[in-house]
Amino acid sequence: MKEIKIGLATCGIAAGGQAVHEAFKKELKENLLDIPVKETGCMGTCYAEVLVELVDDSESHLYSKVTPDKVKRIVAEHIMGRKPVEEWIIKNKNIDKEAAFFKKQKQIVLRNCGVIDPGSIDDYIAHGGYQAIRKCLKEYTPEQVIEIITKSGLRGRGGGGFPTGLKWKLARQAQGDKKYVICNADEGDPGAFMDRSTLEGDPHSVLEGMMIAAYAIGSDEAYVYARAEYPLAVERLVNSIQQLEQKGFLGHNIFDSAMDFKIKIKEGAGAFVCGEETALMASIEGKRGLPRVRPPFPAQKGLWEKPTNINNVETYANVPWIILNGAEAFAAMGTEKSKGTKVFALAGKIAKSGLVEVPMGITINEIVYEIGGGIAGGKKFKAVQMGGPSGGTIPATQGDLKIDYDEITRTGAIMGSGGLIVLDETTCMVDLARFFLNFTQNESCGKCTFCRIGAKRMLEILDRITLGEGKEDDIQLLEDLAYKIKSGSLCGLGQTAPNPVLTTIKYFREEYETHIRQKKCPAHSCSALLTYTITADNCTGCTLCARKCPVHAISGEVKKVHTLDQALCIKCGLCFDACKFEAVLKN
Amino acid sequence: MTTTEIKQSDFAQKEFKDFKRDLIHKRKQHGSLIPLLQSAQDSYGYIPEKVIHYISELVEIPAADIYGVITFYAQFRLKPLGKNVIRICEGTACHVNGAKSILRTLQDDLGVAVGETTDDGVFTLLSVACLGCCSLSPVIMINSDTHGNLTPDKTRKIIKKYKQETAKEVQHEGN
Repeated sequence: MKEIKIGLATCGIAAGGQAVHEAFKKELKENLLDIPVKETGCMGTCYAEVLVELVDDSESHLYSKVTPDKVKRIVAEHIMGRKPVEEWIIKNKNIDKEAAFFKKQKQIVLRNCGVIDPGSIDDYIAHGGYQAIRKCLKEYTPEQVIEIITKSGLRGRGGGGFPTGLKWKLARQAQGDKKYVICNADEGDPGAFMDRSTLEGDPHSVLEGMMIAAYAIGSDEAYVYARAEYPLAVERLVNSIQQLEQKGFLGHNIFDSAMDFKIKIKEGAGAFVCGEETALMASIEGKRGLPRVRPPFPAQKGLWEKPTNINNVETYANVPWIILNGAEAFAAMGTEKSKGTKVFALAGKIAKSGLVEVPMGITINEIVYEIGGGIAGGKKFKAVQMGGPSGGTIPATQGDLKIDYDEITRTGAIMGSGGLIVLDETTCMVDLARFFLNFTQNESCGKCTFCRIGAKRMLEILDRITLGEGKEDDIQLLEDLAYKIKSGSLCGLGQTAPNPVLTTIKYFREEYETHIRQKKCPAHSCSALLTYTITADNCTGCTLCARKCPVHAISGEVKKVHTLDQALCIKCGLCFDACKFEAVLKN
Repeated sequence: MTTTEIKQSDFAQKEFKDFKRDLIHKRKQHGSLIPLLQSAQDSYGYIPEKVIHYISELVEIPAADIYGVITFYAQFRLKPLGKNVIRICEGTACHVNGAKSILRTLQDDLGVAVGETTDDGVFTLLSVACLGCCSLSPVIMINSDTHGNLTPDKTRKIIKKYKQETAKEVQHEGN
């Protein structure tokens, strides 16, 4: 046995990866086995965590859903007895239970995630790391590098989709002796964890991408603005930068060239608006993260008024691959105007949630059914939510839609940074819109009146609709406010905040109408519009619901069927949550 | 406010030393305010008012401006936290998978709303936009441990465990 790899990104740790790690070390020690146990990043199959890979000279075996209890048997039978525990293996030479999940994927950004040890620069170098920057310094002028990126068709993966090559060109052309490169790692969309996984699983490819950008625009200093809620990603970045300094890959005359370069990390402090580039720069400067008017664009006047190039994590991670494999290889994937791949955090009501990287041009149905294995629990596919609070909902009827910046924008949603939440028949679209608006309303920095007050008014309307107090002209009022907020806000937060509401009205208008006119929630999700009843078939008379009820609407003696007084019920749902026997029904 | 005054204050000596070392190291850098505040919070668990004045003098930024920065960012706290910090994930995946009923359960069980600390100081309930482990939704994080695939019942059991552990520790300290 050559080595054991354990997936210890945040999702792996959350699923109990550390305990499995400890169990392996203990078991190996007890049996006097000297096999290195390596940490690795996210392998993508989050639904199968904890993942452990046993690597031999000739083959590897991937175990899924490993718990500390299973470790003893794996060590005894597989390592000592040389007989793999086939029932727990999802992938080796003969078994491939997860072929469907990976078949349609194409890994560029995630090429090293789950493969290399993210804590080791040598491992990254052994997998072709820092070859791309060397190649740039030796063979290309900065203009040629920009030309390659332009030709590849790479567009900003943070959501906007601005052509990366053009962005670099503008920063290159800007006048000034000092220029900055910034990596936006303030991934704030709820339900999105692509950048976190990339930073945790392969931090060096992002840093190398930043070096190449710095060479291209003529910068000698860079910042990574990382989300404070991602402690492991920050730790791996700090560690990686130290390794770079030790190797002499940062500092003066890096890689024996004329280039000087240093990278600093700034931790965000929890403000969604700081994902916006001008707000992000204000935050790095130590101020409140308020966006400002553009122009001047960051390429002309950015951080501390100097020309600055900002890209996000995924964009930079693509860069070394493009340099090494050529612009043509990258441009060969995807559609006419969207090239390469996109990483999505696939989650929600999906059978197999995880991190997937797909070529542009793949359809939504292919992602949901072929990669994600369809809807969990055999329910009906209703829609996908793309782009988080700035994006929108695309109904299942448009499942043949191709993943492409412009195609998605046409639906009213946006590509966004890559959150892809699958929804089924139990998801209420009005409630979902309310959820996102509640988020953006909270995160609005307060600078623009329309965003600050308009979003608040929209939220109040959605609140009353979900409480069964909606008025006949509420939908019209929502649309009216939405367009005014979009046109009256300075930055992307306000300009896109109404999208979740507008797309759900566009595709699920009748659901809004049912809430307003019939005071019913078709998805049985809005508590206030439900009727709770106790069924005599299941009630054991445990009295738990009666004790939980804050308004004493439930009565009954011990071990006898309880009853619920509808006149008193405030529909808080506590009895439904409390019942262990499925005796409380809602409809 | 001078350094001596702070030293004589009721802050623990060691914490103050850690913080001060950081301060001297960082104050010269461009845009050092947020890292300084983060360092203060790391040392004290929150940002005491005295520290705001102290930093104000060092970096020559008015205390009111510093207060503005503190209240702008969700990370900074002006009050100390409870012994156990519960963070409930309000991400999209958690939301569609029933985070609301988990929140209801926690509020009911602890008797506090989001952002509050229980009277005995044992629990603080906070919400976060996304913990990033959507495949385990709905998720809560207690201190640095993540608990996933929750149901109301499972949540109550977890809280009970923490309550018992705290009670045991209190008893232990009493002895």
